[in-house]
Amino acid sequence: MNRMTRRRFLAFSGVTAAGALAFGATRVNWDDLMSAAVHDPLDPKAGVLVVVTLYGGNDGLNTVVPASDHAYQDARPDLAYKPEEVLDLGDGLGLNPGMKGLKGLWDGQGLAIVRGVGYPTPDHSHFRSMAIWQTASPKSSVPTGWLGRWLDATGANPLHALSVEPVLPPMLAGAQTAAASFPLGGLALPKGQLGEAFAMLGKPVTGEEPWQARAAKSIADLHEAVKVFGAHSGKTDKTSKTGALAGQLDLVASLIEAGVPTRAYSVSLGGFDTHADERGTQQRLLTELDGALTKFVERMKKTDRGKQAVVLVYSEFGRRVKANASDGTDHGTAGPVFVLGDKVKHGFFGAQPSLSDLDNGDLKQTTDFRDVYATVLADVLGTDPGKVLPDHSGRVDGLFTA
Amino acid sequence: MDERTAVRRLHDRLGFGPRPGDLDIGFDATLDRLLAPAAPDGPAPPQLTPLDKNATQQRADDEKKLVLWWLDRMVATTTPVVERLTWFWHGHFATSEQKVRSPFLMLAQNQTFRQFALGPFAPLAKAMITDPAMLVWLDGNANRKGTPNENLAREFMELFALGIGHYSENDVREAARALTGWTVKRDGGTQAQFAANRHDSGEKQILGQKGTFDAASFADLVLARPESPKFVASRLWARLVSSTPPGDDVLGRLVAAQDVRSSLRAIATEPAFRDPATTLVKQPVEWLVGLMRALGVRPSTLDQQAQAKLLSGLRGMGQVPFQPPSVGGWAAGGAWLTTASGVSRLQLAQLVTSHAQLAGSDPGAVLGVDRWSDRSRAAWQSVASNPAQAAAIAACAPEYVVST
Repeated sequence: MNRMTRRRFLAFSGVTAAGALAFGATRVNWDDLMSAAVHDPLDPKAGVLVVVTLYGGNDGLNTVVPASDHAYQDARPDLAYKPEEVLDLGDGLGLNPGMKGLKGLWDGQGLAIVRGVGYPTPDHSHFRSMAIWQTASPKSSVPTGWLGRWLDATGANPLHALSVEPVLPPMLAGAQTAAASFPLGGLALPKGQLGEAFAMLGKPVTGEEPWQARAAKSIADLHEAVKVFGAHSGKTDKTSKTGALAGQLDLVASLIEAGVPTRAYSVSLGGFDTHADERGTQQRLLTELDGALTKFVERMKKTDRGKQAVVLVYSEFGRRVKANASDGTDHGTAGPVFVLGDKVKHGFFGAQPSLSDLDNGDLKQTTDFRDVYATVLADVLGTDPGKVLPDHSGRVDGLFTA
Repeated sequence: MDERTAVRRLHDRLGFGPRPGDLDIGFDATLDRLLAPAAPDGPAPPQLTPLDKNATQQRADDEKKLVLWWLDRMVATTTPVVERLTWFWHGHFATSEQKVRSPFLMLAQNQTFRQFALGPFAPLAKAMITDPAMLVWLDGNANRKGTPNENLAREFMELFALGIGHYSENDVREAARALTGWTVKRDGGTQAQFAANRHDSGEKQILGQKGTFDAASFADLVLARPESPKFVASRLWARLVSSTPPGDDVLGRLVAAQDVRSSLRAIATEPAFRDPATTLVKQPVEWLVGLMRALGVRPSTLDQQAQAKLLSGLRGMGQVPFQPPSVGGWAAGGAWLTTASGVSRLQLAQLVTSHAQLAGSDPGAVLGVDRWSDRSRAAWQSVASNPAQAAAIAACAPEYVVST
């Protein structure tokens, strides 16, 4: 299987930010906000969150590997890594051999691994599961993403969250605000009369049909994004097939260092739906992830602004404990979440799920994913988690240094 | 909604938007004309052959040929409803060349969509469950007697034929057994092969029924569920009418149709079809093809450099035919209206309008938009001295980006 982004889940229905956008609510003082952003850049002490989504369902058991557990070896004889193959983390666990950079970070006390992260009543559909992770609403479908609600709750400025992909991930859609998006190739707009005419299309029209209003607003947002981010465009090779994630993170690093007002970024890597011939594919993807993350973290250590950055890596589910007949694994449940950055307290958080006490062949979660979200909302974004996750009080204690 | 707007909506939703003159014909006559049984028309597909696994350059060339051919066919066809529904099924049974890596098999699948585009759903669904590109895409080759691979079985029920919530995890596991045995040889023509020794012929229990189900009888079982026609009708509604699901009464009328052609007629005659509130954001391909049809610019007549720009523009907007992002198909609604895609949209619009004959024509008339906001009219009029620029701005205006 090649490195295709087989599922990116941007397509599932229901999560769009039509709502209040249409009525121009966020237009109040828009220009004031923007000129403030340009002239008064992000507070160098403000935390910045970078969310890395691994689309397709990454096999957590072959990422943070319980290699010395006989139950693991027995469940997937041809797919299991031997204890001597994995990169030892202690506690009977080892990293996938492709993750040498993260092993280095672990040894340098700079990596947190939250184990057994999932949500109650697991759903094996990629779409439903990804919707749950991106909306942080496991019980019912809601039309907003968790960082979209964070945008809504913190001033509704679309530039405060940013996607580097052309299609908006549902995570970044709020009821009033949709995050801006910024392509790897940069945002080049025509100059002169044509450019002015295009800019005119962004003007709001009273009472306009909601989608049309949204279309107009996206043009207005684009022009504001060019003003704020424009100077940092075109630094990466968008045609590169390998290292796409590294390119995305390069761009994010440049934006963070430049002090743009963005506090939450979304990047992604796809291809983790390894139903067949998993080992080679997953190890290649994890090697790409490892290289991109390590480079990013090392770069972030060098500046004060960079030291405020925290990376959160998740996938919509792990895989079935037992291998299938095609040397792959089918859709499963809980998996590990990585948290990286200067402010992160090193070590394991949450209990490793048992391999003998399974739920119909699947791991039982030990940490609710909203505990992780609530903790980064409070400790990285400085926001009361209750404004984003109304019915959830759990936290991952001690994930960040005070 | 006035007659002219309703006619434009018919062209937008059942085709790829109006061509000059189309809006002078009435609603009923337009509907009859669009849905008249006629042989699918358009440029013939490229001659492709199965390729060696390592023929990367040839494969890249064939991929480009295939995308340009289909775009050209969408623009040139005189039976737009066939291409529009072929496009719909491509999004419904979303299969990507990025994993299949065989333009030859992707074309064969595309021809199957076209062949069954307007007929009953069952033959299409049954063709897809053993379609070679689909089998490669959803790991059918790996699904063997023993421990089966669930990928195709799950997606067939969740996304293709039944909808989430109408089956259990156990149904997925059992259905995967029914689908074992179908294999694809890369040089084996356009049909999958059934290998009896790989098939699990034992008894399964699926959706409450016991039997020695195989691919065909599993498909029959699923398609006979009352939820199945409702699911398919809802998907058509979501793409052709509105993201607001149809009510039960509407759904009841839609599922009474015996084939897709009758479903489309039923959809077009629902009051909701003429409701000003049932707007849709045009997908990038729909927007681009509509623009090219309106302006009479065919992809096949562009030089190589312009063709390359056409494809990179679509990539910039996030939609290249034959490469949907996932088995769930294309995004919808506001997901297409991002700041980043605005840049690519303007570049594509400029590319198309610079190849059109536009002297003296009014962009509104050419694009079939009769009501502009003062904002948008002022925008394109500000560059009226350059007709190509004026048309490009009009094409990027919210009034054209959204099908109202």
